Amino acid sequence: MALAPTSFLHPLWAFGVPIAASFPLGWMMARSLDPKEAKAGKGLDALPMFLCRLIGRKTPVKMSWKDYCIALLAFNAALFVITFTLFYVQQHLPLNPDTKGSLGALGYKDSAGVQHDGVDTGVVFNTVCSFVTNTNLQHYSGEQHLSYFSQLACILWLMFVTPACGLCAMLAVLRGLRGDSHMGDFYVDLMRTVLFVFLPFCFVIATLLIASGVPMTFDAAAKATPLDGVAAKMEAQTICRGPVAAIIAIKQSGTNGGGFFGPNSAHPFENPTPWTNLLSVASIVALPMASMVMAGKMLRNARHAAVLYGVMLTLLITGTSIAIWAETAPSAATHGLPVVAEPNMEGKETRVGPVASATWAGMTSGTSNGSVNSMHDSLNPLAGMIPMSHMMLNVVFSGIGAGFENLFIYVIVAVFLAGLMVGRTPEYLGKKVEAREVKLAMLVMLIHPVLILAGAALFAAQPFGAKTVANPGSHGFSEILYEFTSAAANNGSGFEGLGDNTPAWNVATGIVLLLGRFPALVLPIALAGFLAAKKRVPETTGTLRTDNLTFAGMLIGTVLLVGALSFMPAVVLGPVADHLVALK
Amino acid sequence: MSVDTEIKAPKRSTEDARSLKLHRRHARTLKLFDPAMVRMATIRSFAMLDPRNMMRNPVMFLVEVGTVLTAIVTVQSILSHQAVGLILYQAALTFLLFITVIFANFAEALAEARGKAQADSLRATRQDTEAFRLFRLGSDEGETISSTKLRTGDYVAIEAGQVIPADGEVVAGIASVDESAITGESAPVIREAGGDHSGVTGGTRVLSDRIVIEVTAEPGQSFLDRMIALVEGAIRHKTPNEIALTIVLAAFSLIFLIVTAALYPMAKYFELTLDIPTLIALLVCLIPTTIGALLAAIGIAGMDRALMANIIAKSGKAVELAGDIDTLLLDKTGTITIGNRKATQFVALGGATPRDVARVAGLASMADPTPEGKSILELARQDAAVDGEVPHRSTFVEFTAQTRMSGVNLPEGTRLRKGAPDTVAKYITELGGVVPDGYQSTVDAIASRGATPLAVAEDNRLLGVVKLEDILKPGISERFQRLRQMGLRVVMVTGDNPLTAKAIAQQAGVDDFIAQATPEAKLAYIRKEQGEGKLVAMMGDGTNDAPALAQADIGVAMNSGTQAAKEAGNMVDLDSDPTKLIEVVEIGKQLLMTRGALTTFSIANDLAKYFAVIPAMFIATLPGLRVLDIMGLATRGGASSAILAAVIFNAIIIPLLIPIALKGVTYRPVGAGALLRRNLLYYGLGGVIAPFIGIKLIDLMIDPLMTMVGIG
Repeated sequence: MALAPTSFLHPLWAFGVPIAASFPLGWMMARSLDPKEAKAGKGLDALPMFLCRLIGRKTPVKMSWKDYCIALLAFNAALFVITFTLFYVQQHLPLNPDTKGSLGALGYKDSAGVQHDGVDTGVVFNTVCSFVTNTNLQHYSGEQHLSYFSQLACILWLMFVTPACGLCAMLAVLRGLRGDSHMGDFYVDLMRTVLFVFLPFCFVIATLLIASGVPMTFDAAAKATPLDGVAAKMEAQTICRGPVAAIIAIKQSGTNGGGFFGPNSAHPFENPTPWTNLLSVASIVALPMASMVMAGKMLRNARHAAVLYGVMLTLLITGTSIAIWAETAPSAATHGLPVVAEPNMEGKETRVGPVASATWAGMTSGTSNGSVNSMHDSLNPLAGMIPMSHMMLNVVFSGIGAGFENLFIYVIVAVFLAGLMVGRTPEYLGKKVEAREVKLAMLVMLIHPVLILAGAALFAAQPFGAKTVANPGSHGFSEILYEFTSAAANNGSGFEGLGDNTPAWNVATGIVLLLGRFPALVLPIALAGFLAAKKRVPETTGTLRTDNLTFAGMLIGTVLLVGALSFMPAVVLGPVADHLVALK
Repeated sequence: MSVDTEIKAPKRSTEDARSLKLHRRHARTLKLFDPAMVRMATIRSFAMLDPRNMMRNPVMFLVEVGTVLTAIVTVQSILSHQAVGLILYQAALTFLLFITVIFANFAEALAEARGKAQADSLRATRQDTEAFRLFRLGSDEGETISSTKLRTGDYVAIEAGQVIPADGEVVAGIASVDESAITGESAPVIREAGGDHSGVTGGTRVLSDRIVIEVTAEPGQSFLDRMIALVEGAIRHKTPNEIALTIVLAAFSLIFLIVTAALYPMAKYFELTLDIPTLIALLVCLIPTTIGALLAAIGIAGMDRALMANIIAKSGKAVELAGDIDTLLLDKTGTITIGNRKATQFVALGGATPRDVARVAGLASMADPTPEGKSILELARQDAAVDGEVPHRSTFVEFTAQTRMSGVNLPEGTRLRKGAPDTVAKYITELGGVVPDGYQSTVDAIASRGATPLAVAEDNRLLGVVKLEDILKPGISERFQRLRQMGLRVVMVTGDNPLTAKAIAQQAGVDDFIAQATPEAKLAYIRKEQGEGKLVAMMGDGTNDAPALAQADIGVAMNSGTQAAKEAGNMVDLDSDPTKLIEVVEIGKQLLMTRGALTTFSIANDLAKYFAVIPAMFIATLPGLRVLDIMGLATRGGASSAILAAVIFNAIIIPLLIPIALKGVTYRPVGAGALLRRNLLYYGLGGVIAPFIGIKLIDLMIDPLMTMVGIG
């Protein structure tokens, strides 16, 4: 099957649509999430205020960075405890027609292949960590192990509020960078982000999906009688369905990624047509992109925000292009075999094809989404390296808000080095970057590689990790590396092939998920708080500009160099060696 | 008993003074690798291996720990009778890592030695001398004591030819002083009681006349003493930017520590046990040793450069801060214009000729001792309007604050006057004269061009106006242009009226001016600028400058200035050169740039080292990785030659960059964007490319050698 040249139009649309949409969306986000003081609480904005009163908060509080962080962490801690409890006791709760047991009673197969039944809180811990951190890494199977109540009250609820938490953190950072005296009210922000961003956006997407044929029903699964039922030894076929469109909408647009069906967006009910494929892939990046436009509006510095947006976009387009290029090559597995050389179709839907699959792979890994429309394990090694690299860099849009915060950390480091090189104490947006800020930024920067490398090293060297891989050699190592990278980047996509529902994997990735999420969410707020408290330094021709191409280059250089230096050995041992071995 | 006979002051021979001066000059123009200093630094770099000392520098401390570990592994290998090739390889690594630490220490020691040479040249002026201490001010009686016994508040009399025994302030007399021992400049300077040129420095020599000074610094507490201590590192603290950079470097080291540590278990997955010394070698290659080794040297060299420019900074922090300055307050006189105003034109009015004006103005200025008066006479003589002497029996009328005029009364009774335009106009009107047409407009025209008009009258006839102009220093506007490109605002401070000040400000191209400046006005201006978040530098000499000097972020006091001014500022300029501020700013910027550039270089280097070391480490288990060996290393000597080449490159880049660390990267006033692009190109891109070439060359050299001894 040769590739139709028109299939290359897909990535153009997949980038063009969300980029075009990001400007009006970002403008609306800035207006609704950061209203002028006089307009706050008026008109539509009365709704979040009303909801706030319902939970006993009368007027918006002017939170300091500390208060904001505490509120955010406390809210997430509460989410953690409640969700954990609900999963654990789901058998006693309503909306459980299939009488599914506690998620803790799932049991697991150990690395030797022995089935262990009985109470295992590991998977509950992992699942809660995964959804509270906006990751959706799944070590269980939703349709088999979760009751409807758990799906709705835990999974769907978290799919809305966790990206909202990321966006709230971004709002706080932006207010700090703008020099506001306070960071706003976390609870008001949370209400606004859910009400004004995620709900309306998902409503539109879901409607479009339904129009394209994605099921949206509360009816039970359909029963069908196959035509050749007897021959196929399948008398009747059960076709799962449900409120799919609603879940797909938030799954795609909230950088969530946990699908309704096991095969995620490769399933025809999640992604039935070329249009839904385009819509889904566009809504992966639309809100992360729009948040960068919002940043420009809020900072009243569109040029600087354009630099940040441009850097993210450059990295995403470059990475995705490489993935497309690598995927249109024949499957590495067939190298040297006497077969017709065709684009790599292993693990792909024929209706999606290699170009659209690679485009999706690039975008879902850049943003910390993690939904898939093909199996990443079957990507050619170099294409498989792209999702991994995107997650290792962790600044290619990444999670809503979280990606901005990660890039902000790199900006501080780049500003520091570049500032010294122009002979001044480094300044960022008129604020001096000194030892305290640098310390925080480097701390955040350290966490990501430490989580990935320490985790991968431990699991590669120990039987509880090394014995769970499905392939030998470098490919197996890539599976371990990918799992930890996905967890640390709060992405949630899996390389698969890994027997990851074991206590060791559940606990380790659970911890990595938490450590990958919260310090990187909260510390940048503190950093912005430090900067906000400083005196503004006037800009002169001797000041380093952060809103031009030179700085954009410096920033990309910093991101790539730090990324390459931190991960090159691991990537060389994994996908690179995999690729080279395959070529032999 | 006269004072002369009483004092047996140590008269230093001229020879002695000459040698001192040369000593100071020599210290200011030191060669980079002066043999004596290299010797001293080498010895010191071994003494600095003490872990307690190394701990101050986290990056190099890590290298030292790595060296010890490698040495231990090597000894183990010897004890367990490993292959000779392996033992040699490990021993070579131990040696190279050790050399890396030594190179780092050498860089710091060399910078310290240079600072010490500067300090020694200053200390040479601090010899113990005898001093004649007066029992009380005003009396001529006193006693001869050692200068070390002098205390603050003591009065000391110094005669011509004697050395001033301590820092102090002239309270009586006027003298010319040879300060060459400190500044290296031979022209003597005048120091007198009162006014802003009353400060004297211990160790300088009175050339003529006699002065009495009040001692202002205890022995060992003088500026020179503090400076000596500072450059010798006794009280050298890390500056704020240095601390921040150390954090960045430590964090990078930590990342690389984890990267290398993780490789060991990862290799286990591939059933490969990595050699510990090789892992340590990789770690040392990756952590930013280049900047880590040179960081301290860069800081010391910054102070050193300031001292070479004859500026004594009270702290390293002050030098660093200078790079951040936004606003410079410069005095008009002496900085922007050459000392005094000069007569440049005679403008005739009401039927008089310019020659008339020149004659009258010239005669009226004959007894005027002020520089302006002299310049009028000079111009009149050039026009041949006056010659020789004033007629006999003329009487001179001196300038007083009341009359605001001066002049001469000729024997026949003619009264010649010059003075401020309004005063002269009033004077002739009182005598029945008429102010000629166009007088006011001429006066205003001159004033609005930044010049000072001086009216000239003969009896009740107003003849015309003399134009006195400020002469800008040559090249000053170009200099300000440079400053503007550096992002600095230049503010001119002058006692002139706003009209004149504005005109001169325009001519010189400054951004703003403070006219009719009082000390309070200066202080208010500095506070206003600081309120906007700007950092302000100023230079001053008088006691009334002290509050402003203290308020300014960088206050440079002139060495000739009063003690109060020197106390208030955070730098002292030994040359008392008002344009020094510009140099101070450049030194500060250069200091930060050098740090930034070498950090970028150091980290950019790592890419090539990965390409050298990673394939070499895993080539045995994953032969496919040979493709990554893009430098084509490890041809005959096997994997070890690539690793050794990377470590050797990592070590020798330190001494190779010592010149850049000590001299600083070139600063050009071209604006931040251009500077960044330039440094990114040289130190960023250059830092990526240079090691590829360097490591390949080293590999070519050591490969045959290694095959010979059987490593690899």
